[in-house]
Amino acid sequence: MGSEDVKLFNFHASPFGQRVIWALKLKGVDYECIEEDIFNKSNLLLELNPVHKKVPVLVHRNKPIAESLVILEYIDETWKQYPLMPQNPYQRAHARFWANFAEQKLLVAARIARLSSGEEQGKAVNEAREAMEKIEEEIKGKKFFGGDKIGYLDIVIGWISYWIPVWEEVASMKILDPLKFPAINAWITNFLSHPTINDTLPQRDKMVVYYHSRRKEVSPS
Amino acid sequence: MTKSEVKLLGAWPSPFVMRARIALNIKSVSYEFLEETFQPKSPLLLDSNPVYKKVPVLINQDKPICESLIIVQYVDDVWSSGPSILPSEPYDRAIARFWATYLDDKWYPTLRSVRGAKGEDDRKKLITEVGEGLTLLEDALNKTSRGKDFFGGDQIGYLDIAFGCFLGWLRVTESLTGVKLLDQVKTPCLVKWAERFCAHGAVKDVMPQTEKLVEFAKMLMAKMAASTPN
Repeated sequence: MGSEDVKLFNFHASPFGQRVIWALKLKGVDYECIEEDIFNKSNLLLELNPVHKKVPVLVHRNKPIAESLVILEYIDETWKQYPLMPQNPYQRAHARFWANFAEQKLLVAARIARLSSGEEQGKAVNEAREAMEKIEEEIKGKKFFGGDKIGYLDIVIGWISYWIPVWEEVASMKILDPLKFPAINAWITNFLSHPTINDTLPQRDKMVVYYHSRRKEVSPS
Repeated sequence: MTKSEVKLLGAWPSPFVMRARIALNIKSVSYEFLEETFQPKSPLLLDSNPVYKKVPVLINQDKPICESLIIVQYVDDVWSSGPSILPSEPYDRAIARFWATYLDDKWYPTLRSVRGAKGEDDRKKLITEVGEGLTLLEDALNKTSRGKDFFGGDQIGYLDIAFGCFLGWLRVTESLTGVKLLDQVKTPCLVKWAERFCAHGAVKDVMPQTEKLVEFAKMLMAKMAASTPN
């Protein structure tokens, strides 16, 4: 086992881990994926990420890195082929801004929506849709957020293409109305038809089972 | 680059604005500081940051950049001939970014909520969490400084800026609660680091005085109390 070996500690249904997989695959970096049971986390994971105790964790040259957005930038800086971040400083700032926005405004609201019901869910769905509206404006007229090629922001926001439909099914709600978000839907089609993106997606039925169980934990009805 | 090409829209009490100012100072960039009026928010703020309507906003050649850590990285990228803010090694950069994210997502929100704590038990619990975070940061300082003065080594860097900007508000919380958070026994390295950071040339003129921040905090708390129904 060489120190150049790359290991990814992940959970199959994690949208955060998926980002790391996409980045490594696009760059053609070999890695070993270690599946964590997040209901029974390994001691090794707790050692590698003592602050948050979460997946994903990337281990490279025996050093662990946690937090998916931090991992993405590390990957881009370490393996120079297939650059993910824009070259221009202003565009880099722009990509980071929208990545942060999607994380704070869309992901948080969508998560609440998949776990809640009634009024609380309604409020979260509205917040998620408002965030989607801004993202719709951002992708208008572009094939990918990165331009002609998939880039950092596509990878960061990519989870919506596959996770949101699952969450919508599990929680009986709708965020991604194709009539309201035609540009995002066009982007989703382009994104998911990229073989590297598509070939690594987790199994949908396993994801549905997992997210149903999470929902049942908080709202048994 | 002429002075008027670089503008920073900000507010003196804001730790996030301070981050941008320190970064610009490290690079010796001349810039125009515009103190935001708030009530109401200025047209420039609403125009340049329509998504969040918050400071800081850096405006470089009419292009706005928002979010303090994004601004700091942008400044490091653009004025690349000046002293580096991010570490040079990808792993060190990842560690700095990890802790900066931790500060913004977990530690500072906990510190802020101490002031609004409902009851003594709640306050004690939050203060304990702030303290636990400081212990983690003490450990991080020991690891990343490699025996030097700052998280960034010999010079202040990304994580020094990300964390050091909160020292004013940390002192305000100590003053209002009577609890010493950054203390000689539990976090001796951080105590020394804080002194060095505040005395640094790029920092001292933009770090607000604790007394002024305490006054400001009291005014904010009074406003909140007045607008909250009993």
